[in-house]
Amino acid sequence: MNAIAAALRRIGALTIDGIWRLGFITRFLFAVLMHSGQSLRRIHLTIRELYFSGVLSLLIIVVSGLFVGLVLGLQGYDILQRYGSSDAVGVMVALSLLRELGPVIAALLFASRAGSAITAEIGLMKTTEQLKAMDMMAVNPIARVVAPRFWGGVLSMPLLAALFSAMGIFGGWLITVAVIGVDDGAFWSQMQAAVEFEYDVMNGVIKSAVFGTVVSLIAVFEGYDCQPTAEGVSRAITRTVVTSALAILALDFVLTSFMFRG
Amino acid sequence: MSAFSGQNSPLVSLRDVRFAYGEREVLRGIDLSVHRGQVIAIMGGSGCGKTTLLRLIGGQLRASGGTVEVEGRNLARLSGSELYALRRRMGMLFQFGALFTDMNVFDNVAFPMREHTALPADMIRDLVLMKLQAVGLRGAAALHPTELSGGMARRVALARAVALDPMLILYDEPFAGLDPISLGIIGQLIRRLNDALGASSVMVTHDVHESLEIVDYIYFVSDGRIVAKGTPDEIRASTDPFVHQFVNAEADGPVPFHYPAPPIDSLLGREGA
Repeated sequence: MNAIAAALRRIGALTIDGIWRLGFITRFLFAVLMHSGQSLRRIHLTIRELYFSGVLSLLIIVVSGLFVGLVLGLQGYDILQRYGSSDAVGVMVALSLLRELGPVIAALLFASRAGSAITAEIGLMKTTEQLKAMDMMAVNPIARVVAPRFWGGVLSMPLLAALFSAMGIFGGWLITVAVIGVDDGAFWSQMQAAVEFEYDVMNGVIKSAVFGTVVSLIAVFEGYDCQPTAEGVSRAITRTVVTSALAILALDFVLTSFMFRG
Repeated sequence: MSAFSGQNSPLVSLRDVRFAYGEREVLRGIDLSVHRGQVIAIMGGSGCGKTTLLRLIGGQLRASGGTVEVEGRNLARLSGSELYALRRRMGMLFQFGALFTDMNVFDNVAFPMREHTALPADMIRDLVLMKLQAVGLRGAAALHPTELSGGMARRVALARAVALDPMLILYDEPFAGLDPISLGIIGQLIRRLNDALGASSVMVTHDVHESLEIVDYIYFVSDGRIVAKGTPDEIRASTDPFVHQFVNAEADGPVPFHYPAPPIDSLLGREGA
């Protein structure tokens, strides 16, 4: 009996803690939004973070996008040619990238490359009392440190996802048209005919904007909230990557079910 | 504020201040005042609540009882922006400097000026170099915090703390982990900067001998209470057992060597023996 009671208590405690954290992170989001004025007025603060989370993520995004496109091209060609419609491989590559793989994989990569870096940086600033020092200098750390990093992430994510999709499509073209020999004109014209800007492209952009917001929020929150020790920072980084990945995949399902119901 | 800003009223005054972290009571009724121009030291063993006391004066923590006044203003009644307005006139030196690691020495010292003033860049440059000159590190302006020794980092942090010519400077363990030369330099700088700026300083430390050289008044804190106070001469001549133990670094005395525990015999099962 005791074991059951203990298990129930533990579930209860975890649930309460989870809900409490959700409330806390929501309040934190409001605080960040309230103190965002400075990161927009002094735009160089945000541009600096755009560089760190956006530009420095370019390499991993471009290379991964290319490989995902190459694989999609191979698999798509292999399946479609059985039905004699290998010309449609361009459509398949473009739609899967624009609707799903572009936003989702770019966001997962972004969380592990830039999200973890943001958490680590803010967490270490907290551990070495830099945030407290700033607060004692009458400079609000949420306005000066957190908000620019949040906006840097929010703004760079859709751009990175778009680049990922573009590289993927290029990869798909490279393997199917340039290597396998699918007709170049058919590849592009079928894609042009089948991909709708508002339906396919814009929904992908909306997805990546949502993912960018969520990942950036998780990253800055975990850094700001971490235990100020080496172990606390490492745990916060792990939580950023794990929570972001789960949030991206779960949100992707929710968004897809609203956006693409046929 | 003007009613309180007479030269004789203390700049900082704590009356019956109590503070607890959750259930654990850290401060149990502290009375303390800092007059203008003074350098005072708060001393006590590790974990006696002296850093908490400094955080209360800086407004980072709120007292659970009693009043903390700076310039005659009760910190508990200040709004967030009023507290920030007050903090612009305070400087704080953190234990390990807390320099911003993404900026070089120059930008660290310039940070408060850039955040709080609209001074042109060339004037900020002159001011920063003057502050760095005062701590002897003008030549290190281009270095990164990771390239500095502990003592140098502390001096840069000191230059940053006085960047806006504060009226009150708070020091959290300014001597911790420094070699004797750096320690002496920091001690002299604390006194010199305080006098040059016409500021007041509160220093939390457990370095008795360095402090006795430079401060005007000393408070000893133990177990959340002030157990002794006086000028350096009074402290040196004191017969108070706590002060005697502290100044002479004796292992046992009013501050026990052992953390409270049941008698060791009971642990070894020798009660009857």
